[in-house]
Parts: sequence; C-alpha cells; structure tokens
Amino acid sequence: MKQVLDNIESQFETFQILNEKGEIVNKEAMPDLSDEELKELMRRMVFTRVLDQRSIALNRQGRLGFYAPTAGQEASQLGSQFALEKGDYILPGYRDVPQLIWHGLPLYQAFLFSRGHFHGNEMPEGVRALSPQIIIGAQYVQAAGVALGMKRSKKDNVAITYTGDGGTSQGDFYEGINVAGAFQAPAIFIIQNNYFAISVPVEQQTAAKTLAQKAVAAGIEGYVVDGMDVLAMYAVTKHARDKAIRGEGPTLIEALTYRYGPHTMAGDDPTRYRTEDLDTEWEKKDPIVRFRTFLEGKGLWTEEEENEVIEKAKEDIREAIKKADGYPKQKVTDFISHMFEELPVQLQEQYDEYKAKESK
Amino acid sequence: MAQMTMVQAITDALHTELKNDENVLVFGEDVGHNGGVFRVTDGLQKEFGEDRVFDTPLAESAIGGLAIGLSIEGYRPVPEIQFFGFVFEVMDSVAGQLSRMRYRSGGTETAPVTIRSPFGGGVATPEMHADSLEGLMAQTPGLKVVIPSTPYDAKGLLIASIRDNDPVVFLEHMKLYRSFREEVPEEEYTIDLGKADVKREGSDVTIITYGAMVHTSLKAAEELAEEDVDVEVIDLRTVSPIDIETIVESVQKTNRAIVVQEAQRQAGVAANVVAEIQERAILHLEAPVMRVTAPDTVYPFAADEGIWLPDHKDVKEKVNEIMNF
Repeated sequence: MKQVLDNIESQFETFQILNEKGEIVNKEAMPDLSDEELKELMRRMVFTRVLDQRSIALNRQGRLGFYAPTAGQEASQLGSQFALEKGDYILPGYRDVPQLIWHGLPLYQAFLFSRGHFHGNEMPEGVRALSPQIIIGAQYVQAAGVALGMKRSKKDNVAITYTGDGGTSQGDFYEGINVAGAFQAPAIFIIQNNYFAISVPVEQQTAAKTLAQKAVAAGIEGYVVDGMDVLAMYAVTKHARDKAIRGEGPTLIEALTYRYGPHTMAGDDPTRYRTEDLDTEWEKKDPIVRFRTFLEGKGLWTEEEENEVIEKAKEDIREAIKKADGYPKQKVTDFISHMFEELPVQLQEQYDEYKAKESK
Repeated sequence: MAQMTMVQAITDALHTELKNDENVLVFGEDVGHNGGVFRVTDGLQKEFGEDRVFDTPLAESAIGGLAIGLSIEGYRPVPEIQFFGFVFEVMDSVAGQLSRMRYRSGGTETAPVTIRSPFGGGVATPEMHADSLEGLMAQTPGLKVVIPSTPYDAKGLLIASIRDNDPVVFLEHMKLYRSFREEVPEEEYTIDLGKADVKREGSDVTIITYGAMVHTSLKAAEELAEEDVDVEVIDLRTVSPIDIETIVESVQKTNRAIVVQEAQRQAGVAANVVAEIQERAILHLEAPVMRVTAPDTVYPFAADEGIWLPDHKDVKEKVNEIMNF
C-alpha cells in the first residue's frame, strides 16, 4: 500500500503556465483570453493590491474593522473568479472579499462588512454570493448544496467555494467534497494553501504531501496549481467549470500561494512563526510582478497604464469610504427585524422597548 | 503576590497544573509555538515540550475527540477552542459525548477534560467570536460551566477545573483578559466549583450576575449607592451548577433581586436563576425578580455591539424599577 500512496502523491505535480520570470512554460495550456481580457486581469490584480494596502492603512487608523490581508493571493483569488459567469455562486472564506468585489459587491459595502455593518452582507440583486464565512470550512458543505440545487434546476452554473490550508483539516471539508462527488454536483472547491493557518504550518495539518490529493478519496478530480500564476489559476478553474457544466462533477483545486501580511489585523504577528527568508522567497514569486513582465513582453502594458489603475483604485477607495461613512448607523430594532419573517410576541415587545429608547 | 491580568493568571494556572501533574496536556489551534492568539499559553510549549503543549490541525471536532480519547487513556486534557463561537463545530464531542461519558459507562469511565475558550462582547471581533453560549452548555447535563470575572478567581477556578474529575467548560471573557490587574498569589490555590462569590455586600437589592457583567453591575451599584440604594452583587463564577444557597440567603436579606447577563434573554442562565429564586424564596420577595439581558437577536456584527450589550445604565434602571415596585 505504500506503493499506492507514493504513486498517488507523485501524480500531483504543480500545474503552471507562467513561471516566476514571466515566461510561458506550458504553451498548450495557455487559456484562450483576448488581449483586453489579459489586461483586465492585470488591472484587477493591481487594483486589489492597492485596496489591500489602503485597507491595512485604514484599519490602523481605526477606520475599518475586521480585515484579513490579501496581498500575495491576488492570482489565486482573481484568476479563479475570472473564470466565473455572473450566474455562478461564490461561497467565500473571510479573506475572499476581492472575489466578491469583482463578482459585483460594491466597494463601500465591502468596507461596511469590515466594519461589522449588516449592509455589508446584503448582496445586491443579481450578485450571487454569500458574505464571507467566519467558521473555517462551513462554506464547503454549503457549496455542495448550492451546486446540487443548480444541477436539479438544470442551470448552466457552478458553485465555487474557498478555504485555506487549515480548512482542509475540518470535517466540513471532507464532507463537502465527498457529498458533492456523490451527487456529481457542479461545484469547484478551491484551497488557497498559503502554508500557514494563522501560525500553524501546513506540515502540521496533515501527513498528506499535497492537499489536492484529498480529492482521490472523494472520487473527484484534484489539481495542484501555482497559485501565484494567474493564467494557471484561470485555466484550471475554467476547466473545472466547463467540466461541471457538462455534468462531470466537482473539482478540488489546491492553489500554492502566500499571504504577505498577518493573518488578520487583530494582533497577529507573523514574525513569531515565519522567517524573513521565507517571506523573501515568496515575494520573488509575486503574481503581479510576473504577469507584468509577461504583458510588457507582449507590448500590452506600460508603467503609465499601471499608474492609472493605481490612481483609479485610490479614488474609488476614497469615494467608497465616504459612502460607507455616510451610510445610516445600525439600530437594535434593525437587528430585531432581521430575526424572523414575523416577530414572535416576545421579540415584538423587545422591538417596542428599543424603538422607544431609539426615538428619545 | 504579583499583580496579574486575567491572561497572566490563566497562564499561571496552566503552568501550575502542567508542573503538578504530568498527565495534564494543553493543546489546540495556535496554542503551541505561537502561544495562543491571546498569548494565554505563551512560553508553555518552550518549558514543557511539544508533547505536552501542542498545536493541533485546524479542526475543532478533532480537538474535542482527541480530548475525550486522551482522557480515556488516563490523561487530563486542557484543550482550547480558539473562540467559543467555534464550539458548534465540536458540539457533538462536547454535548453529545464528553458530557455523557460517566453516565453511559456507569461510572467506569470518566472524562476529566477542561475545555478553555475565550468569548464575550465589547472587543470588536468578527462574527461567531463574541457570542455568550454558556446557556447551551448549562443546559447540558454532565457539564460544569465556569466563568471567572477576576484574575484571582480565574487562577483558582481553573486549577480546580483541571483537577475536577468531570468535564468543565471554562469560559474566559475577552474583555476581561487585559482590562485590569489585581493581586494574585504566586502559590497554588483552588476555588470550589459551584460556589458563588459576594463581590459587594448590600442590603436593599441583590444583583446576581457573572463574567464581564459583574463589573457592569458593580459600576451600577456604586452609582446607586450615591442614590442611597444599597446593592449586593453576587458573582456566580460557576453558571452550572449554580450556587443556590448563596443566592437564596442574599434574597432573604434584601427581598429584591435582578439577574444580569450579557447573553440573550430567552432560556439561558438568568431564566434559571429566576426560577430557582421563585421556587425557594418567593415569600421573601417584595418585587418580581427581573432580568437585564441582551435582546433575542443574533449577536450583532462588531460595529454596533455597544448599543446591543447591556450596560450599567440598564442595570440601574432595572434596580430602580424593582425598588419602586
């Protein structure tokens, strides 16, 4: 049986299209994207990097609440989201706010989510997504359910969900991929393996050499992908989506990536568990740097264009923060109204009590 | 004696028991190398080694199962659930398995597990971090549920919990972790589980409370003293089983009582205290026993938890209401 394990593990090689130097190393796998689409991917990654920098600064000024930094993970987040259609459903983890924004969540609402205002969780009409899940792995089982629903109603759509390396230790992870496989539901399960679950390194999560190989036991396809390569992330997600729509079941995708920043802005200190050398090693694989080199080589990108994106991002962020600042404050009566379709007597009493206080 | 925060007092208690009993094991998410997300276990892995203080995979259910299994093998596990809102991921282990071990084995197996976990509002955490879920635990037969309100109590109660031969859920209010220091003896001591503490003596009205609301109630009591209302404040310290004797004695003296809890109103610890008082001391009462609680909604996202959590003004208002009944 050791032979079987070795055989399985040896087959999970890392899929890559664009290497660290910005060179195409896997021409056959190159996705069919127009020049404009390639540029759009770059714009989104640059925008999201600026958003991360500004969000961290705003958090430090006390102007944002809960925030989980995203820098380093742009390719895995945005490359996968780019393969989706509007009708696809996203079930994100708490670091996956960028995917929501590019799926249609207005930026000011993302800020309200960070601040803990419920309007941040209210998806606009037509934006098919849940707000970020806080409980690790819970979204994985739900994604199987959304996908099963899509299959039953014969929609040409998929459910996509994200967790981290730590999330693969949860029971919900196994249950989610297994049940989706059992029903051949059109689901895409993405693991953003950034090597640390807060402080705990992935080697301590599991004896498995890859996380993607967990797909084998569920009887579904699994891939290890260079999560710093936006083309590879797009291509593999597109493959998973096309396959799911054809009725050929779910896919598990492990994206190898890295979060440059702390786990969240609530006091985590990565220097306690990561070395500077490791940080530097990963920064050399940066998704934006290599994609910029690639686009520049094709004559599709200039410094000027990048600066325009940066300026646009800053302006959009400024406006969104202003809008978030001006949004009406929450009241306890709002909380109570959100509890049931019809309030039971006890809650109605509480509603009246708070209403009286609020109107003082 | 040393001045300690509650975090330091808890670290000290863990240190004491790791040293006293080689069967004590401390584990959970980020508790080893990183010393816990609140640094509660800081330095313990370094001192006691990776086989006694260790990081687990990110799996609350596995943490619960490990604790049960290790206790069967003769260990005294002290697992941490990183935030108590994550308890739902391990609810079967806690309420369906751990709590029943003694009963279902006819006493041939026990589960001396102490689950430690931070909870509580007022520190702007994301969803599922701040909820007061002690009512769910208190309704589970077979569990003891402890909630300290001071560094001194935290140390004595945690040592007593770890030494207890039955499972204990030990809940640490995040707002109290570093909000103040007090004198805590460096030597070991225990505080009996199931024993309340009169945190302030008074003769007009009894406030029964626990956790962070002890301090909210004490603040209200101080302000009420200026209005010539003499308030007694009882800190339950253990919310299951509750110390009925101390409560009834106090109510017999003051003839008036309110119960203050941070948790939502429905069911819960406060409702249980009210029921016990009316069953045992109704003829001593001059007013109904009333509650100050949060409303029956999901814990709000952090931005506006302040308008949702009960505060000292709510407590004063309720005391005045029963004083004028």
